[in-house]
Amino acid sequence: MPTPILSKESLIPGKTSKLVLEAPQIAKKAQPGHFVILRMSEKGERIPLTIADADPEKGTITIVYLVMGKSTALLESLNTGDTILDLCGPLGRATHIEKRGTVICVGGGTGIAAMHHIAKGHSRIGNKVVGVIGARSKDLLLFEKELKSFVDELLISTDDGSYGHKGLVTELLKDRLEKDKDVFEVVAVGPVPMMAAVAETTKPFGVRTTVSLNSIMVDGIGMCGACRVSVGGETKFACVDGPEFDGHQVDFAELRRRLGAFREQETLSLEQWRCSCHGK
Amino acid sequence: MENNTPKKPAIPRTAMPCQPPEERRHNFKEVALGYTKEMAAAEASRCMQCKKPLCVGGCPVEVPIRDFIREVQQGNLEEAYRIIKGTNSLPAVCGRVCPQERQCESKCVLGKKGEPVAIGRLERFVADSYIASSACEQVTGDNACAVPVKGKKVACIGSGPSSLTCAGVCAAAGIKVDVFEALHEPGGVLIYGIPAFRLPKNVVAIEINGLRQTGVDFHLNHVGGKTVDVAELAQEYDAVFIGVGAGLPMFLGVPGENLVGVFSANEYLTRVNLGRAYDFPNYDTPAYPGKNVTVFGAGNVAMDAARTALRMGAENVHVVYRRTRAEMPARLEEVEHAEEEGVQFAMLSAPLRFNGDENMLLKSVTLQKMELGEPDASGRRRPLPIAGSEYEMDTDLAIVALGTRSNPVLLDATPALKLNKRGYIEVNEETGETSMPGVFAGGDIVTGSATVILAMGAGRRAGQAIVKRILG
Repeated sequence: MPTPILSKESLIPGKTSKLVLEAPQIAKKAQPGHFVILRMSEKGERIPLTIADADPEKGTITIVYLVMGKSTALLESLNTGDTILDLCGPLGRATHIEKRGTVICVGGGTGIAAMHHIAKGHSRIGNKVVGVIGARSKDLLLFEKELKSFVDELLISTDDGSYGHKGLVTELLKDRLEKDKDVFEVVAVGPVPMMAAVAETTKPFGVRTTVSLNSIMVDGIGMCGACRVSVGGETKFACVDGPEFDGHQVDFAELRRRLGAFREQETLSLEQWRCSCHGK
Repeated sequence: MENNTPKKPAIPRTAMPCQPPEERRHNFKEVALGYTKEMAAAEASRCMQCKKPLCVGGCPVEVPIRDFIREVQQGNLEEAYRIIKGTNSLPAVCGRVCPQERQCESKCVLGKKGEPVAIGRLERFVADSYIASSACEQVTGDNACAVPVKGKKVACIGSGPSSLTCAGVCAAAGIKVDVFEALHEPGGVLIYGIPAFRLPKNVVAIEINGLRQTGVDFHLNHVGGKTVDVAELAQEYDAVFIGVGAGLPMFLGVPGENLVGVFSANEYLTRVNLGRAYDFPNYDTPAYPGKNVTVFGAGNVAMDAARTALRMGAENVHVVYRRTRAEMPARLEEVEHAEEEGVQFAMLSAPLRFNGDENMLLKSVTLQKMELGEPDASGRRRPLPIAGSEYEMDTDLAIVALGTRSNPVLLDATPALKLNKRGYIEVNEETGETSMPGVFAGGDIVTGSATVILAMGAGRRAGQAIVKRILG
């Protein structure tokens, strides 16, 4: 049964939107850290997206994406009232959340939306949550108001200084870790270089660092191993062993290369689709 | 027909007509074209109609082989179909993918002196020739469908061979069945694993539509242990069958295995079969292109991967295996077909490491020569490395087909299920019932990687036990 899109809110025009989907079965079971696999059309590819929020009472889940290839471009072409052909989940292991004190949740780009669900879980259990979010400029910053509704503090950085601290999230993070010795965990979700930088930043402080990986996936249920990632020298499957891992153990260089495995085909697919669309 | 004298048959085994190798290595159409009526009649006439047919004992679902062949001899294909369908819910599939040479055909008395009757080919001929007049007939082989049993229902998790068989057995008895499938298309390994050139997708679709029309509902994108919970289903349904199939692909455990260009056979085949990557970019799922392809392993999946790579445009495909041809676990026919199509075999070779460039792209594999020593626990002679025999083979796409280990998704979410030492579900051998009352299991999640027909055998046993339990 196709999944209806109940609402669409454009966050960055043409690039990123927030979709609320009617998915009661998934909403009932979705925990922070879980992801879903979507397929937009009969000839479509299966793509994984982290669940940004879930409301079991309303029976909805929220997803946020960045247009990267044809599948996300197709997703962006849909509107409220349209349907997504296939939606499968909730998949992956839920975030390990326990009441321990202060947690810093770092988010970059669309990763802010995925981080939002994890931060919410920490807040609900009674941890003090410090959010740290960053983007290139103010207009590219997501989920500020959603996060502000529950976090204890929200630190913001932009590369161009158009909003908040001018610079990188890691600078805010480092500063915070130096001042606050009670932080028991840092969670980071975002582009690979950002997560790698966060792990580098936290290492000297010896604070547990959890990253949520966005590996290439096909089935999302452990059958194919497309998403394998080296963690502490061991091969893990992001879909069933993760998607969250110890950031100090992840081989980010390998992850980055593996994410690019199908770059040529992805570009071809997107270009062909754009051409066919303009032809209409 | 009076044909019971045990003398050597006058006619040799009837060859299967095939698409010519040069042609078929460029397409995904079915390789084996199937017997004509005349061929089937000639082959059926070779069967001696033994008083005690040994062939039946070689079949995991005990198809009354002698009896159906008798009907083929008499030109009675409808009756032949009904006889097969009485114990085998997927004859068109089994006729194509069963390792008959190690099952029914290995027991055929003709095989002692010459070649056994081509039972699998005859089974396929019967299944392909018979066009069911109703959906009920498609599933049960019988004109009269069972009267629906009010208020009784069974949940099957997974939609591969074991689950489809269990669903068929229950539906034939009038029990309502809901099948929960994790992927977006039903059929399990028949869809994502076995390529169309060996098992056309419409053959699977016909079987599934037959089930649909007898009241089996397929719920796609439902992952057992995630979207639906076994314990919850056990409350809601009169019985639950777990047939979630193969698990996590095994890798070689050598350096360089995560280089870009090294894939599990599961991934490669799923992209091509389920994702239709052979029709990219018309379909969105791509497969990784390779000129010099190496495939590691020697089972059916390895043969499927090697032959798929050829069809996807590879220039050279090498199957690398640490033993010899005699020990290859693949169906004989698949090995022969692969060879005819141009797949090369690097026998007695084992990979030591994969080598990549500065961008982590796979460039070559370092192999080591092996020799065979004493038999090991599997009964096959153990391969031993020959010191100083390392050599390098160019490869830009490596496909690892070493089988799978158990999939944790459903098992982790269902701690009440007792597992065996290898991490698979422990069941009562006769009924397939697990440690959770009313919850049954069968197929690869019980046995580890095995064949379609063994999974079907397990699905049938569990289905029969479920029907007996529910209907008395």
